[in-house]
Amino acid sequence: MSSRNRPAWEEKPSAAGLAAKGASIAVIALLILFPLYTIALTSLSSGETVNRVGGLVVWPGDGITFNAYEQMFRNPVVLRSLVVSLGITAVGTVISVVVSILGAYSLSRPGSFGHKTILFSVLLMFVIFPGLIPVYLWVSAIGLRDNYLAIILPMAVSAFNVVVLRAFFMSIPQELFDSARIDGAGEFRVLWQIVTPLSKAVIAVVTLFYAVAYWNNWFNAFLYLDDSGKWPLALVLRTYVVESAPLPQASGLQDAPPTLAVKMAIVMIAIIPALIIYPFVQKHFKKGVIIGAVKG
Amino acid sequence: MSAPTIESPARKAGDTPKRTVKPKAHWRERLRRDWPLLLMAAPMMILVWGFWWIPTLGNVVAFQDYKPFTGGILGSRLVGFTHFQVLFSDPEFTRAMLNTLGITAFQLVFYFPVPIALALLMHSIASERLRSMLQSVVYLPYFFSWVLVIAIFQQMLGGAGLLSQILRANGFDGVDWMTDPDTFILLVTSQAIWKEAGFGAIIFLAALAAIDPNQYEAAAVDGAGRWRRLWHITLPGIRPVIVLLLILRLGDALNVGFEQFFLQRSAVGSQASEVFDTFVYYSGIRTGDFDYGAAAGLFKGVVGLVLILAANKFAHMLGERGVYSKS
Repeated sequence: MSSRNRPAWEEKPSAAGLAAKGASIAVIALLILFPLYTIALTSLSSGETVNRVGGLVVWPGDGITFNAYEQMFRNPVVLRSLVVSLGITAVGTVISVVVSILGAYSLSRPGSFGHKTILFSVLLMFVIFPGLIPVYLWVSAIGLRDNYLAIILPMAVSAFNVVVLRAFFMSIPQELFDSARIDGAGEFRVLWQIVTPLSKAVIAVVTLFYAVAYWNNWFNAFLYLDDSGKWPLALVLRTYVVESAPLPQASGLQDAPPTLAVKMAIVMIAIIPALIIYPFVQKHFKKGVIIGAVKG
Repeated sequence: MSAPTIESPARKAGDTPKRTVKPKAHWRERLRRDWPLLLMAAPMMILVWGFWWIPTLGNVVAFQDYKPFTGGILGSRLVGFTHFQVLFSDPEFTRAMLNTLGITAFQLVFYFPVPIALALLMHSIASERLRSMLQSVVYLPYFFSWVLVIAIFQQMLGGAGLLSQILRANGFDGVDWMTDPDTFILLVTSQAIWKEAGFGAIIFLAALAAIDPNQYEAAAVDGAGRWRRLWHITLPGIRPVIVLLLILRLGDALNVGFEQFFLQRSAVGSQASEVFDTFVYYSGIRTGDFDYGAAAGLFKGVVGLVLILAANKFAHMLGERGVYSKS
C-alpha cells in the first residue's frame, strides 16, 4: 500500500495504537457499508430466501435473482415515479446550474450596476427564510398545484451554490478578463470561453449538489402534487417503504402486498444514481473546492 | 426587512475613500456598460424574488384572520398579535420549543465532536490510499435523502429489522427503537451522525491540512510526544474553525431539521418528535389554520435571525472571524 512518507521526526506508532486505529476505521466503514450491503443482497434474493431467513439476507450463497426488480418495474406507479424523478432531476438541474452560473458571474463583478442590490438579495437568503406557510400559500396561489414546476422553481436557486460559484469566479486572475476584453469579447463570451472552462471542478460539485437535492426531494411533491400519478420516486419510497402504506393503483391493477425484497429493490433504485455519479465528483471535495469558496 | 436600495455614485465613492482609484462612473454610463451582467442576473433574480422574497412578505398572514377562500392575503382582516398570544399559551407549541432546544443541546454534546474526531482520525492515517477510501465511504451517506436514511435505519433497528431478527433467532426479545419515544433523541442523533458526520469532517480536514508541518517538527525535536503535539499544535490550529461552527450551530439552535422529524412523527408520536418545523406544518397546513401556523413560523424565523446576529457578534467579541463581517 502506498503511503505518505512518515517524516523522520515522527515516532513509530505503537502496535496497540495501530490496532486501535485500524479497528476504528473498520468499524466506521462497516457501520456505513454493511446496511447497504445487506439491503442490496436482500433486493437480489428470492422471496423464498427472504421468508426462510425471516427478514434481511446477510449471508450470500442462496443465489441471486432479479425477481424483485422485475416485480417492481411491473408496478406502474413505481415505474412512472422513476421516470418522473429522472425528468425532474434533469430539467431542474439544468435550470439551476445555468441560472446559478449566470447569476454568480454577474455577482463576481463588484462595482457593476445594481451589484449591491443583487448581492444582498442572495446573501440575505442565508439568514431570512420565508417560512413554510407563506411559500405554500404563494405557490398554490400562482396556480402551480399539480405542476412539476412547483417542485423545481422554489428550490431552483440555492444561495450556497451561488456563493460557492461566485467565490471561485472571483479567484480567477483579473488579467485573463482584461486580455479577453481587449480582444473585444463581451461578457457572455468571457463567461463561456474563459470562466466556464476554468471552473469545471466547482461546476461539477454544484451540479452534483443540485441534482442530489432534486432527486431526493419528496416534500415539495408531497405538498403540491395532489395527483399521486405524478409522484416522484422519493415520495413513493416514503409511502411504500417507510410508511408501508399501499400504493395507489392508478391503473386499477391488483398488486401483491410489497415483499421485503421489492421494498429493498426500491431503496436500491433510489440509492443507485448517487452511487454512479458520486465517484466522478467526490475527488473534487478533497481538492477543497468548497472549503476554499466558503472561506473566501 | 426592506431591500437595500442602490446607493448614489457620490455616496458610494465616499464610502470607500481608501480603495477608490478612479471616481465611480455615472450610473447611466455604468448601466450602458453593465447591462449584459444585469441580463445574466435576471433569471436568478426572478426566481429569488418570486420564490423567496415575495413569499417572505406573505408572512403578513401571521397578523391576519386569514380566510383562504373568501379573503386571501389582500382581503383578510388584520388582527395584530392575537395568534402570537394564543401561540404562547399553547402547550403543544411549548412542547415543540422544548423538544427543539433539547435536541439541539443534546446534539451539541453528542454530535458536534464527532466530525472533529473523525477528521483527526482520517488526518492521522498515513496511507494515502486508505485515507482516500475511508473519505469516500464516510462522505457517501450525506447524499442520501432522509427518506432513505430512515428506511435504512428501519431495516436495521426497527421492530422487523435486522437487529430484532438476530435477537429473536437467538431467543431474545426483539427491539423497536424506531417507535420508542424514550430513545428517540438517541435515534435521531445516531441518524444525524450516520448521515452527516462524515461530510461535516471535510471542513476540519481542510483546517488540519492548513497547519504548518514545521510546527510539528519543531515540537517533536523539542521532545513533545504525539499527545502533546495534538494538544498544543493540532487543537489550537483548528480552534478558529471549531469556534466558528459552534457559533453557527448556536445561532441555528431552532433548526434541528424538518424531514427527519416529520418522517418519524407518526411512528414515535408527537410527544417526543414535535419540533418547531413539524408544529408549523401540523398546526398550519394540516388543519388549514394558515394564519396560526404562519405565526409559529414567523416567531421561529425572527428569533432565529436574532440568534444568528447575536452569535456572530459574540464571535467578533471573542476575536474570531465570525460568519460575516461588516466590510
